[in-house]
This record gives sequence, C-alpha cells and structure tokens, in this order.
Amino acid sequence: MDERAAGTRSSVEAVFREEHGRLLAALVHRFGDLDLAEDVASEAIEAALLHWPVDGVPSRPGAWLLTTARRRAVDRLRRDQAYAARLALIAAEAERADAAAPVSDDDGLPDERLRLFFTCAHPALPAADRGALTLRYLAGLTTPEVARAYLVPTATMAQRLVRAKRKISEARIPFRVPEPAELPGRLPGVLQAVYSIFTEGYAASSGPRLQRLDLAEEAIRLARILRGLLPTQREVAGLLGLMLLVHARWDARIGADGELVLLDAQDRTRWDRDMINEGRSLVLVALTGGTPGPYGVQAAIAALHDEAADEASTDWPQVVALYDVLLALTPSPVVALNRAVAVAMRDGPEAGLALLDELAGEAQLRGYHPYPAARAGLLHRLGRHAEAAAAYREALDLAGTEPEREHLRGRLAAVDPTDG
Amino acid sequence: MKYMLLIYSGSADAPDPCTVEDWVAFDKAVAEAGILVSGHSLADLTTATTVHVAETGERAVTDGPFAESREVLGGYYVIDVPDLDVAVEWAARCPGARGNGAMEVRPVAEF
Repeated sequence: MDERAAGTRSSVEAVFREEHGRLLAALVHRFGDLDLAEDVASEAIEAALLHWPVDGVPSRPGAWLLTTARRRAVDRLRRDQAYAARLALIAAEAERADAAAPVSDDDGLPDERLRLFFTCAHPALPAADRGALTLRYLAGLTTPEVARAYLVPTATMAQRLVRAKRKISEARIPFRVPEPAELPGRLPGVLQAVYSIFTEGYAASSGPRLQRLDLAEEAIRLARILRGLLPTQREVAGLLGLMLLVHARWDARIGADGELVLLDAQDRTRWDRDMINEGRSLVLVALTGGTPGPYGVQAAIAALHDEAADEASTDWPQVVALYDVLLALTPSPVVALNRAVAVAMRDGPEAGLALLDELAGEAQLRGYHPYPAARAGLLHRLGRHAEAAAAYREALDLAGTEPEREHLRGRLAAVDPTDG
Repeated sequence: MKYMLLIYSGSADAPDPCTVEDWVAFDKAVAEAGILVSGHSLADLTTATTVHVAETGERAVTDGPFAESREVLGGYYVIDVPDLDVAVEWAARCPGARGNGAMEVRPVAEF
C-alpha cells in the first residue's frame, strides 16, 4: 500500500471510530438484535475499507454504511429460516421507524444512540458490565481494547459481553429512551456507566500510562455525545464538567519520576486551562435552575480547586458547603470522608480528625485506603508521628496501585525515618 | 413475550404490609390490561411436599419445600407484555414487591 492509500485508510478508520456507535444504534433500532447489528456493521466497515480507498469516500459516508449494513442484514435474515417470521415483523416496524427517524447532520445516519446508551446501562444488567458495554457499543472500542481497558484477558471480556448480550436478547431488554417521567430513575445509571469508565482510567495502576489516559478521554468523548443527545439534562453537563475539571490536572498528577503527585503539591501551571474553562462553563449550566444533582455539585467542587492559585488560597468554606449539599443528595461515608478533609483545611487538622474518627465504624470505609491515609495526613500535621506512621502503614496494607503505594511509603518515611 | 413474576416474601412470619384490597386492585388491573396469561396464589408453606425420584426409581416424598430459605415463594403471575421494562413496571406495581417482599421477573423460555 503506498503512502497515500495508507493515509486514506487511517482517515477512514478514524471516521469509523466515530460512526461505529451511530451505525450500530441505527441497526439495532432497525433490526432489534445487537448480535446481528454488530456483525453487519463490521461487514459494512470492512466493505468500506475495501472500496473507499479505491473509489473515494462517498458524499454521505454514514448513509453508505447504513445501506450496506442493512442489505447484509436483510440477506442474512432471508437465508435464516428461524428469522423468517421475524423479518415480516421487522419490515413493518422499519416502515414506522423510517417515518419517525431523527436524521442529524447531512451524513445520512439517523442518531439512535440514546436508546443504546440506556440499553447498555440498563439496571437489569450487572453494574460491572455496563461501562464495558458502553465502551464497546457506543465508544466503538473492539473487544480486545475493552478487555485491556479493564485489565482482564480478552476471552474473559468476550464472555462477559456475550453473557450481557444474551440477557438483553433473551430477557428482551428494550432499545428505548425512557419516558420523561422515568428519566430521573434511569439517567443516573447511564451517567454512572460513563463515569465508571473515567474512574477506571484513573484507578488502575498497571498497564502503560497512555492506555489509561485513553480511557479517561473515551469517557469524556462519551459524555460529549450524551450532552449532544440530552442538551437539557443538567446532570449530563455536570458529569462532563466534572470529568474535564479533574482531567485538566492529569499531566500534573505524575511527577518527573512517574510518581503520584497529590493536589496540594501539583505544579498548577501544568493544568490544562482550556479544559478548566470549558468545565467551568458546564458547572454554570449544571447549577443553574432547580436543585443541582450530585455530578453538578462534584463538578463545582472540582472547579473551586482548579480556580485556586494554591492549596492555601482555595475557597475551603465553599468546598465544605458544597460537600454538605453533596452529603444531603447522596449520603455516604466516602462523601463524609472528603468533607472531613475539607473541614480540616478550613478549621484545622484537629476538627477534621474529630470528624474522621466519627466515621471509624463505617463498614463502607473498612478496607478503603483513603480513610487511613487521610487520618495519617492529619495526625502528621498535628505532629503525632507515631500514630501517623501506624495509619500510613494501615493505608499501605490496603492501597492497590503502585504510584499510590509509592506515595504512601514516602509519607511514612517522613514521619518514621527508621521505616523502609 | 411472556414473563413470570414470582412473588417472594422475605420471611414466612413477616407482617404483610398490603391489604386484601391492594391485591384485589392489582389483580383487576392485570386482568383489565389484557396481559394476564395465568396467576395463582400458593397455599401456606407448611402445606408443601417435596418429591424426588432417584436413579433407581425409588421415590422419596418428604414434608416441606425443596430448598429451605428465608424467602418464600407465595404466588406468581404470568403476563404477556412487549419487553422487560413493561414486565418490571408491572412487577413494581404488585403489592408483593413491598415490605419484606420482592418480585423476581423471569422470561418464559421460548422453544
């Protein structure tokens, strides 16, 4: 393949990444079958890879892909006796769908992705699989890519996806956008699926760094799609804002030797200003009009950190106030822990420590390393070095990721030079 | 698509938060929606008998349910609705979903 053909191929592949989710959603809506849609979508893409570099990219690539995929699907259904009866039904439904299909852009592909978002994050599916399904079917990642994202073998991920697809098909989980009345119950599940992809990008330690960065960016890309599909839902703006405001600090999070750098020690000139500005304008959207949701509030907290010149000048009273709101919206010991740390910044380590000690019995914090790590930090600041060392050791026993462990070892060495 | 809605109560002696009227109203709603395939309420667990036939052909008949558990199957509906969301909607409306109870929604296998 000469250089120009190779260039065409890679630009064609980039188009597919974007088109895949939309193509798949349109096909699922048309044929009501995720497996069939997946097969014919990849066949259409293969056909395009074959023809477009030679014949040129058609004027409406999306329409070309959809038509090609649809023909293949109909061929397949005709050959398959088991599907024969279904075909008649589908044909009738397709007529109806054609009349009502929302066509966006002039690309010729109707946008049915919102249905697919709700299916992938359906409450009847295992919570652990919803992010993976969303990555596979809406972000257009391949199964091996999704497996790498979750640090599991490809065969394991393939099995999980197959099992989830089987449930969708056999229990007949519908491809539909919930009614407005159902949305408050269902939208958080979709947002959680996207956010879980983002946190996965930050949580795992192993694997090359770039790959994990990709994952956080995939989540941001998905949230952008969702924001386009649900422009009036403020929590979607809140989620996108939160992820941008956190991700803006990505670069400063890793030190010169690959070590983890926490917020208080980060070089704030390395924060991404464009991302912060976009995130801040989304916070305004998320917090304007009516009671804010948990993503909007978390985004607002992230914005306060991003706006501050350093830790000392951060608006801690406002941070605490927002944690109060968050705690009322989503009561949880983890939120209470974060609030206690903010209180320590506002009123001093003693006040924060008292709040942390009140949480000592919480089952949800057992085995959660940020809890002993936060206690250790405050004990350290109070000069109670022996207790701080014990708490750092407790956190070290629990911390899973290598950069986090490295960070804790460094803190431990500072309070107990004999250690390590 | 047919779904069986299995009505479980959390424990045999837990107080039922629902009145007879609640059940009558739900029964009526299911019937009027035209989705009812069948449905029955089961008699008390103490009346259950378990039967097992071994490979040798020997029949074992014992008193009580097959599996001892805190949850008791108290009855079921089979409904015919378009998809899982609609089935879940009906399960949520059933009085059996409240209090200590819960509904299990199972698609009926199609062959």
